[in-house]
Amino acid sequence: MHDIYNFVSGPLVWVSFIIFFGGSLYRLISMAVLARKKDVFVYEYMSLKFGLRSILHWIIPFGTVKWRKNPLFTIVTFTFHICIIFIPIFLSAHIILWKESWGISWWYISDTAADVLAIVVIASCIFFLVRRIVLPEVKYLTSISDYVILAIVAAPFITGFWTYHQWPGFKVMGIIHIVAGEIMLAAIPFTRLIHMIFFPFTRGYMGSEFGAIRHAKDW
Amino acid sequence: MAMHNLNTWDWETGKKLVVDTTKWKDMFGWIEEPYASPDGERIAAVVKTGDMEFSVCENDTPWQNTFDKIWYLKFGSDNRLTALVSDMGAWTVAVDGVAWENTFDFVWNTKFGADGKNITVAAQKDMEYFAVTNDIPWETRFSDLSNLTISHDGKRVAGVVPTVMIKQGDIFQFQEGCYSAVVDGKPWDATFVNLWGLAFSHDSEHVAAEVRTSLYDYTIAVDGVLWDKVYTSVWMPQFSPANGSVTAPVRIAGKWTLAQDGKPFWDRSFAQLWHHMYSPDGKKIAAVVATKYGRWTIAVNGIPWSLTFGDLITDAVFSPDGNRIACIGKEDGKWTIAVDGRAWGEKYDMVWQPVFSPDNRKVAAKVERNGHYTTVIDGKPLKKSYKALWNPVFSPDSKKILIKGIEGDPDDGKYFRQVLPVTDITG
Amino acid sequence: MAEPAIKRNDESYKIVDEGIDKGIARLSPEKIEQVINKVLAAETGARLKTYVETCVHCGLCSEACHYYLSHDNDPKFSPAGKVKQTIWEILKRKGKVDPEFIRDASRIASTECNLCRRCAMYCPFGIDIAYLMSVVRRLCHMLGVTQLYIQDTAHSHSATLNQMWVKEDEWIDTLFWQEEEAQDEISSLRIPIEKEGSEIFYSVIAPEPKFRAQLIYQAAVIMNAAGVDFTMPATPGWDNSDQCMFTGDYEMMGRLKKAHFETAMRLKVKRIVMGECGHAFRSVYDVGNRWLAWKMPPIPVTHAVEFYYELLKQGKIKIAKKYDKPVTFQDPCNIIRGKGLHEKARYVVEALCEEFIEMHPNREHNYCCCAGGGVINTGPQYKMKRIKGNRIKAEQLFATKTRGAKVIIAPCHNCHGGIEDILHHHGLDMELHFLGDIIYKVMEKPV
Repeated sequence: MHDIYNFVSGPLVWVSFIIFFGGSLYRLISMAVLARKKDVFVYEYMSLKFGLRSILHWIIPFGTVKWRKNPLFTIVTFTFHICIIFIPIFLSAHIILWKESWGISWWYISDTAADVLAIVVIASCIFFLVRRIVLPEVKYLTSISDYVILAIVAAPFITGFWTYHQWPGFKVMGIIHIVAGEIMLAAIPFTRLIHMIFFPFTRGYMGSEFGAIRHAKDW
Repeated sequence: MAMHNLNTWDWETGKKLVVDTTKWKDMFGWIEEPYASPDGERIAAVVKTGDMEFSVCENDTPWQNTFDKIWYLKFGSDNRLTALVSDMGAWTVAVDGVAWENTFDFVWNTKFGADGKNITVAAQKDMEYFAVTNDIPWETRFSDLSNLTISHDGKRVAGVVPTVMIKQGDIFQFQEGCYSAVVDGKPWDATFVNLWGLAFSHDSEHVAAEVRTSLYDYTIAVDGVLWDKVYTSVWMPQFSPANGSVTAPVRIAGKWTLAQDGKPFWDRSFAQLWHHMYSPDGKKIAAVVATKYGRWTIAVNGIPWSLTFGDLITDAVFSPDGNRIACIGKEDGKWTIAVDGRAWGEKYDMVWQPVFSPDNRKVAAKVERNGHYTTVIDGKPLKKSYKALWNPVFSPDSKKILIKGIEGDPDDGKYFRQVLPVTDITG
Repeated sequence: MAEPAIKRNDESYKIVDEGIDKGIARLSPEKIEQVINKVLAAETGARLKTYVETCVHCGLCSEACHYYLSHDNDPKFSPAGKVKQTIWEILKRKGKVDPEFIRDASRIASTECNLCRRCAMYCPFGIDIAYLMSVVRRLCHMLGVTQLYIQDTAHSHSATLNQMWVKEDEWIDTLFWQEEEAQDEISSLRIPIEKEGSEIFYSVIAPEPKFRAQLIYQAAVIMNAAGVDFTMPATPGWDNSDQCMFTGDYEMMGRLKKAHFETAMRLKVKRIVMGECGHAFRSVYDVGNRWLAWKMPPIPVTHAVEFYYELLKQGKIKIAKKYDKPVTFQDPCNIIRGKGLHEKARYVVEALCEEFIEMHPNREHNYCCCAGGGVINTGPQYKMKRIKGNRIKAEQLFATKTRGAKVIIAPCHNCHGGIEDILHHHGLDMELHFLGDIIYKVMEKPV
């Protein structure tokens, strides 16, 4: 068990980070090269000012008509997205690991706060799941892969929560937690989780076309 | 512009008042925009001489004949003035005020051969379409006629016509090909889905056309015979004056290049390539190209200038010896002239096609800024502006330039014909 | 778990369209696979890939679409739903789809999407679903499967360089005719033809000379009253419309735009002013010109709404008496989401009319008329489909009527076609006008 732990918390972390950063970089560069070759418009009409203007509206809660029209979804999705990035970075348990490995550390949130936020993430995942099953327009678009992706995202938080509360089998769960986190990181470049990487570009391009060329808002 | 009568023009240095156009206002209630003859000796405008009665006032005299409607005033290079006129709903061409004998239900698109002797129009009578040259209509008639094109000498006329009865809304019949080219009233045997730009060979014997043989296949047809290669698009073909071969811009894999007789000709491709033209000796080909998306320039024998423009390039022209090229370029909404890859320093609100001197050394152009017109030679402006101005003409010895213009204050509305030493402008 | 991609229970399957039927009959699975993969490889790249891979199947785009809203939130009509039934399947099956799939794809892309781009404002990622539907239309064009009416229009474009089979002499004759008619009202009026060096080339769509010649009359009155230095060409290239853009015949679209802009260059005008048409604006402003490698229109293009704004703002047109019926304003996609003319349009409407009542939603968020994007051009057999596909527009108009609006101003030909059918079908008693109609009515005219 200790060997497994050492393996997943050692080499596998490296592997997952390399896949995440390397994969994301590869996806970005290969897409940029493809765009240069086949979608010259993207470069020609991309505007920093109008791209950022659009992105800004969309990353501010209730900053767009769409966000305002669906308040519950807006609250859930913003909280969810902030939490899944915020928790892993500012969790005290993770910071201890950083410190042990590389001697670096930074501000962290209290365990209670982390606990609450983890519940929020898990609840959000349940919300997304229910939405997929219940709302016809979402159900229609849903394929198995969407559930898998949701599971990939939910898993690190469920297992982490389990481990923290030292529920039965928490030691095994701890290992599963680490693996789940690594799977999620590694999955980002190669699944629809890539939306995290591509968002600034798709939104920025649409914002540029709408703003710089068509003099209209896209929010 | 081939004007072999240039030598007969008055090239005496000096300024001549041809007519004070403000007088027209006292004579007529309705005056349309004026047109000046190539030699500058005459200026004409459509005027109203009575109720529903129009004429053309040339200098200070209206034509004796009047019509219900007159439009499309055009001077031929031999300085004859044509107009499309209607008398009691019967349309024809009037040349220097004298109407052709044949009349039609409509005439349009007046075209001249290089020497101005041959005048052709498109005509419609009883819903049948044909061309008329020097008052002689084609004997064959068609259900439509478009892309009227004349040979260099104006003796031969071509167009695009439907050669089968087109059933309205039958898209499948259309896709089988219903159109052909017609030359002097005689259509080609082959039919195509579409034909557009037509070009005569320099001996007037052959005609090439850009055609579409299905919804997807574009190529060039020469005298009705297709190139054996198809492209995703093509533009207007041209005959070489040197050897009679045909070249056309063709689109391959999303890029444009120049093909000759169905084979690759230029070894590089462009984001766009069109309006290619031959030097008079046929040794060089220049074309308007986009070296990359949104950057326009001129390529000579496939090699682009390093100077590019963002908005457009148009009206390119070779010098008589074929060694120089001038064109119009536009960048950020402002127009200028570029010669041999170098742009004039000044920018204008509009510029007209540049003109080379016969000795190839100077380039002149009509330009406009804030509604005032002037002539510029090699980037240096004539220090006088006009309310209306026509393209300058160099004298045969290239030493003088003919300026035709209507002046502003203090000679407001006066039309002058002025011959200046070129050095008066270039210093 | 996943819904089957295609459902065939809609009455729209019963529409008979010879263009589609014969086109489908000529297809084989091999041909489809070959054409699709060839076109996708040659013409698509990062945008298609990124859009497909970024979409998280969240369904947020659904409520952007008037078809979805009008069909009781039927997910088949949601923007992403249409992508699922077409592009996703095509990519998943690597082009191995059967002729009936192409029939459905054509129906979805050409008669169930107006390319109005409203969904781009509801998708958090800004996925350009109009682009994706255009790709489907392009594939259908390359496969020879296009609705008969719009294909005939595309043929007209190719043969005459205008949308309505208008012959060269008919065009010029119509200008003469309208000039004469208008001279009965204003004796000094002129429609200058081929006047080189004019400030403005006034361009229209072919339905104007063909069916709505009074619009040319009105434009001439406005131009003359305002003292505008304008001209109209006597050659092909006068028509700014472009259904080839909508059928996916981009080569022809390019040819049409080339003719249009080169006509402007030949006439030595400073800019092109165009009539009240939305799709034509799209084609000359940021679609057709791009195919030709002109990054922006080589000669600037001003839509009528913006032009009227200039004339009123500069006092070139004076209002004799404001229009007294309460009006509302239909924001057309192609000049609002396409050029941001909504505030200028409101300035014009308020300058002309006593009472202006907004419809909701409005400006960039207005619902499409359901006629644009080439949908009305697919032919009369699709009319009921358009009307049913835009119940939400009827509701929107009814609500505006309840608040007092009696007149709808729509500065777009397609909006007119779509809204006219909606008004008629629902017995909504409202008048429908162009801005030019109102200006003509209320302006001070010279004698």
